[in-house]
Amino acid sequence: MIVTARPKRTKSFQYVVLFGYLVFLGFPLLWMLSMSFKGPRELVELYPSFIPEDFTFENYRTALTEDDHQLVRNGINSLKVAVVTALLTTMIGLPAAYVLARRRGVITRLGLGWILISQMFPLILIIIPLFLLLRDLKLTNSHIGLVLVYVVWALPFILFMLYTYVRAIPPDLEEAATVDGATRFQILIGIIAPLLLPGIVVTTLFAFITAWNEFFFALVILESPDLTTLPLRLAQYVGIEGVVRFGPLAAAALLATVPSLLLFVFIQRWLTGGLLSGAVKG
Amino acid sequence: MSTVPEVRLPRRGRSRAGSGLSGREAMLLLIPALLPVVILSVLPLVRGIYLGFTDSRAGLGVPTNFIGLDNFRALLEDDLFVNSFKIGLIWSVSVTAIGFVFALGLALLLTQNLRGRWLARSLALVPWAMPAVVVGIMWKLVFQPQAGILNETLRRGQLPGETTDWLSSFSWALPAVILVGVWAGMPQTTVALLAGLQSIQDELHEAAAVDGASTWQRFRTITLPQLRPVIIAITTLDFIWNFNSFGLVYVLTEGGPAGKTQLPMLFAYSQAFEYGEFGYASALGSAMVVVIAVVLVFYLWGRLKETT
Repeated sequence: MIVTARPKRTKSFQYVVLFGYLVFLGFPLLWMLSMSFKGPRELVELYPSFIPEDFTFENYRTALTEDDHQLVRNGINSLKVAVVTALLTTMIGLPAAYVLARRRGVITRLGLGWILISQMFPLILIIIPLFLLLRDLKLTNSHIGLVLVYVVWALPFILFMLYTYVRAIPPDLEEAATVDGATRFQILIGIIAPLLLPGIVVTTLFAFITAWNEFFFALVILESPDLTTLPLRLAQYVGIEGVVRFGPLAAAALLATVPSLLLFVFIQRWLTGGLLSGAVKG
Repeated sequence: MSTVPEVRLPRRGRSRAGSGLSGREAMLLLIPALLPVVILSVLPLVRGIYLGFTDSRAGLGVPTNFIGLDNFRALLEDDLFVNSFKIGLIWSVSVTAIGFVFALGLALLLTQNLRGRWLARSLALVPWAMPAVVVGIMWKLVFQPQAGILNETLRRGQLPGETTDWLSSFSWALPAVILVGVWAGMPQTTVALLAGLQSIQDELHEAAAVDGASTWQRFRTITLPQLRPVIIAITTLDFIWNFNSFGLVYVLTEGGPAGKTQLPMLFAYSQAFEYGEFGYASALGSAMVVVIAVVLVFYLWGRLKETT
């Protein structure tokens, strides 16, 4: 956009609107943060203040230790599931993305078409047959079953991300290697993977965040409290109402967000940049 | 690059693509992804559509019979179904439309040289990284009738509504969850629109400015038309995502009060996993696909007609 001699009024108007956005986007976050530091007396007060008056870490202590450290155990479950999902998805996604990027034809069109269609179907249509299948395999209420579902569910978008990254690499290098007699596997590991490393890292972390945040499948597949992941635990927490519970609830919700938020801060530059270049290239 | 093309001999059995990937190699590389997708995604999808024509129930060892269109006939007579699809359409159209306007406004602001825009940009991305459950919990705290910040702000500003229990109110629950939906959907829409805005060439604006076009005229005649493909793509995706949304509203209201926020997925979930009606819930899923498809056909057809 070019800057002409803009009237001052426009600028101030823009700042007012920008301020409005900041309030809308940031206020709920700050409020949750504020509540997580309020003591039990302040939480039930009729005229709550924005900044906690008796600032305390009590809610975090409660959230982490109550029910015999249930939240910590759930966190470990989430971590296990998300790490395995992220690694598996990238591992099976990379070779496939390579093929989609390098071969034109029926396979590629089918693959990309599937990625698109898979975004359209309501999960209910897939979860019932999956539930029946996992039940036959005795994999309901297990992390293995959940990971299997997550891998397939996260794969389309991961595949699309990797596909755009591979397409950005010129094929000349591979041609030279093929002439030198390298096998396809050697090319993939020796040439493509190193060049793609930033993209692979971003994709893996994105898959981790996706699995870490997921709720619906976990709700259907997991039953035992000992296997429960964090979002599931938090949702059950909401059921236990009572204003006094809001402090530990806010604390637990914030703790559950920290890992994915940190990773997201790390990858957001590449994520938006990569998607942008993918979108512009079409 | 193309200085000596004749030196490169065509390799037999290789594909057309530059890297020389044979069909067998391609298959080998695809199988690790293809196998799980077919077994855990394509086949379940087909089976899911089939289940909609059966009386499948949750219990182990319960026989499943083919019952033709009975489920779909029952759907049309089910007030809860009609209600949930109506709510689903109101929710997804509102969230998509309001979210689009909000995101476009923000994206336009972010292209301006304003102090503090980095903060708005970062904040707009935050919902992307948050579990839907946490977003729900957060807004529950905001809407809380006594201890919530919304009512406290109304109280201090001496505005009406300070005692409203937003999420339990018959008239306010749906607007309240729509607002949360807009908040949660900001990142993807803003990022897409921002990308679209940045790909518009400055020359177009400059030329128009030289011709004496006002900011509003330039927005209408240059920005919007140039942005069209991005707008259509992102609103389409948003609509699909919103219509299939589950976690957010599940945490906020569980579909209440009295079904006022009962989105189709919430209804389908309760049919399947609370009442064990697998066949009926699958038919619901198929009906959702049909509704999405019909809305999109009309929407895309309308947009196409505008261009010609």
